[in-house]
Amino acid sequence: MAVLSEEQEMLRNMARDWATKESPVSEFRKVRAAGQPQAYNADAYAAMAEMGWVGIIIPEAHGGSDFGFSSAGLVVEELGKTLTASPLVATTIAASAILLGGSDAQKAKWLPRLASGETVATLAIDEGAHCDPSAIETSVSGGKLTGKKAFVHEAHGASLFVVAAKDGLYLVEKGDGVSLTTRKLTDQRSHADIQFAGAAAEKLEGGGDSLLGDVLDRARVLSAAEMLGMAQAVFDTTLDYLKQRVQFNQVLATFQALQHRMADLFADLTQMRSAVEAGLQAVDSGFGVARAATIAKAEANRVLHAISNQGIQLHGGIGMTDEFNVGFYLKRARVLEASWGSSSYLRDRFARLSGY
Amino acid sequence: MPTQVESDVQTSEDAFRTEVRQFLATNFPDELKGTGNMMAGLDGPTDENPVQKKWREAVGGRGWGTPTWPKEYGGGGLTKGQARIIEHEFAKVGAYNPIGGMGVMMFGPTLLEYGDERQKLEHIPPICRGEIRWCQGYSEPNAGSDLANLQTFAVDKGDHYLINGQKTWTSGGQWADKCFAIVRTDRSDKHKGISFMLIDMDAPGVEVRPITMISGTSPFCETFFTDVKVPKENLVGKEGQGWTIGKRLLQHERTNISGGGRLAGMMGQSLGDIAKKYCETGGDGALVNKVLRDKIADLEIRWNSFLLTARRAVEESKAQGGVSEISSVLKKVGTKLAQDRSELLIEIRGFQGLGWEGDEFGDDELEDVRGWLFGKAATIYGGSTEVQNNIIAKRVLGMLDHQ
Repeated sequence: MAVLSEEQEMLRNMARDWATKESPVSEFRKVRAAGQPQAYNADAYAAMAEMGWVGIIIPEAHGGSDFGFSSAGLVVEELGKTLTASPLVATTIAASAILLGGSDAQKAKWLPRLASGETVATLAIDEGAHCDPSAIETSVSGGKLTGKKAFVHEAHGASLFVVAAKDGLYLVEKGDGVSLTTRKLTDQRSHADIQFAGAAAEKLEGGGDSLLGDVLDRARVLSAAEMLGMAQAVFDTTLDYLKQRVQFNQVLATFQALQHRMADLFADLTQMRSAVEAGLQAVDSGFGVARAATIAKAEANRVLHAISNQGIQLHGGIGMTDEFNVGFYLKRARVLEASWGSSSYLRDRFARLSGY
Repeated sequence: MPTQVESDVQTSEDAFRTEVRQFLATNFPDELKGTGNMMAGLDGPTDENPVQKKWREAVGGRGWGTPTWPKEYGGGGLTKGQARIIEHEFAKVGAYNPIGGMGVMMFGPTLLEYGDERQKLEHIPPICRGEIRWCQGYSEPNAGSDLANLQTFAVDKGDHYLINGQKTWTSGGQWADKCFAIVRTDRSDKHKGISFMLIDMDAPGVEVRPITMISGTSPFCETFFTDVKVPKENLVGKEGQGWTIGKRLLQHERTNISGGGRLAGMMGQSLGDIAKKYCETGGDGALVNKVLRDKIADLEIRWNSFLLTARRAVEESKAQGGVSEISSVLKKVGTKLAQDRSELLIEIRGFQGLGWEGDEFGDDELEDVRGWLFGKAATIYGGSTEVQNNIIAKRVLGMLDHQ
């Protein structure tokens, strides 16, 4: 855990307290049982906005607290631990796009609404099953945007989309010319393909040529923070289980084979935390963001992948049951691993950034 | 506005910084700029030239090579803040700390904690002046990871002990003046039968044989003790306290092996840059062999996380005022990554990366081959990876003892 300021510690404790008491995994089970495509509890999201969590990266002038990504990451990590379903990450990333590329008028119009929770927003970038920002066909003509976006996170709850077109990022409101097709993924959260057919679009003119890449890097570090919380939760739950479960008249935690496997996973988790925290800090400092975000997400992918698999293996048969939570983490893990860059995509990007 | 106390501290730090700069201007010779500390190395004898000797005496005389050690024993008697100023100012002008070796890294801190007044006065000042080389008498042929199984025995002969037995993996034993050793004084109790003693390497009955390693070098020795007399005043602590004292010393050793800086130094050039010299690249400058390129990126990403982890361990230790639990993974992770890197370097260079000797090979190529071989020791010494895993499972994760 990075060394925190007093404010950050309060924020983290508040988020931990809320997630544990108000949003344990049983709340996600309720969301799942309700079967709504939006796949989150609107009251819970309103409470999160009320506590100021959507506005953490938004300047005070626009209704936020301007605490930065490191602070946002603390909250997202705690929510990841309990698999809290909400559009907090999606909206925060969309807000960062408006902050980086929006005009004063766009910021004044949208940021307060995002911070208050009134408007949910999300990124609509990729057009196929993989992260590939170089393969965008969506185009804009006369202020009308046309194209197809695939597997958009939190699409059902969102009323504002940050859409990638060939010549940059655009804001598109849900309405005429925007139609959703629900895509049910294994994590049972909100995902949809979106058809934009001449939808009214307003360009984010600022931010320069690197705007899309910069926004994706922010998506990477914040998703990595969610993954960090998930990895920590699976690790802790598995360790607790090994200390309770008895076989051959022995607690499993006394078996050296399992001790060494947990020591390996603990080392991996330590590495992941260092990479993720450094990624968040890099966004706040503005220094070496592309590289730090790539390392953060690559390590998050590698380690959560391993821990989510070992979580099942070490729980044994009960880990395979729907009654136990560990499987939920596995399913959400793979969706987040595929988001904003798979492991191979990120290693390729790291090599490119390093010049080989 | 800074408080009065803060501004007083600031003023005294500025004054000390000026003192260090003046000292360097007067004493540090240009010709030593950027050269290393010979005394701290384990793989070569001390062949000090007069210029190096003068520099060592200048630093050692002030106790600045061991800045935070007490002044009455030859240390600098300085605060941690002042020690950092010395480190910064030395680094700025490319000056090395001429005081080092196992005496500084491991033995000194342990003796300061457990030694009696007379022992501290006798042994600490020569360490601070860089005059005495210490070696470590710990491992034995049948006491490696199971160190407490050691059998070298010290018989009480009234005014002295008589020692018989064998130590092994004695780093730098062939060049050492003295040895701090753990020996058995009681066979009835595995841990409480161990005592911590100081042995003169010149004493009759001490024989040192260098061991040739797979890398072709001989940094370690076998040390044999045959009826070696050790005066009673060379017992540190009480009889039977050796395991406690010896373990404390190992904590100092681990901190040094895993020190991020030292490992960071091992990872000089980017593997990607090296690969571009040995392997085909395309028009875009990227390696054509995508599988190799992927392996390199994977390793370098993990290496970057390790450096971040090492940095985090330091920051957290400072903030918490104790050793961070992260430090328990540093040795295990750092040594493994360094080995992986050496293996990948061979894949990158092909046969050219497997040279043993010959002018057809570059110095860096030959050094890396020896480094690859010698690097296999890193996951064995200082508590093997398996022992590290036991420690993490038991002390950090609270998993029960498997024995």
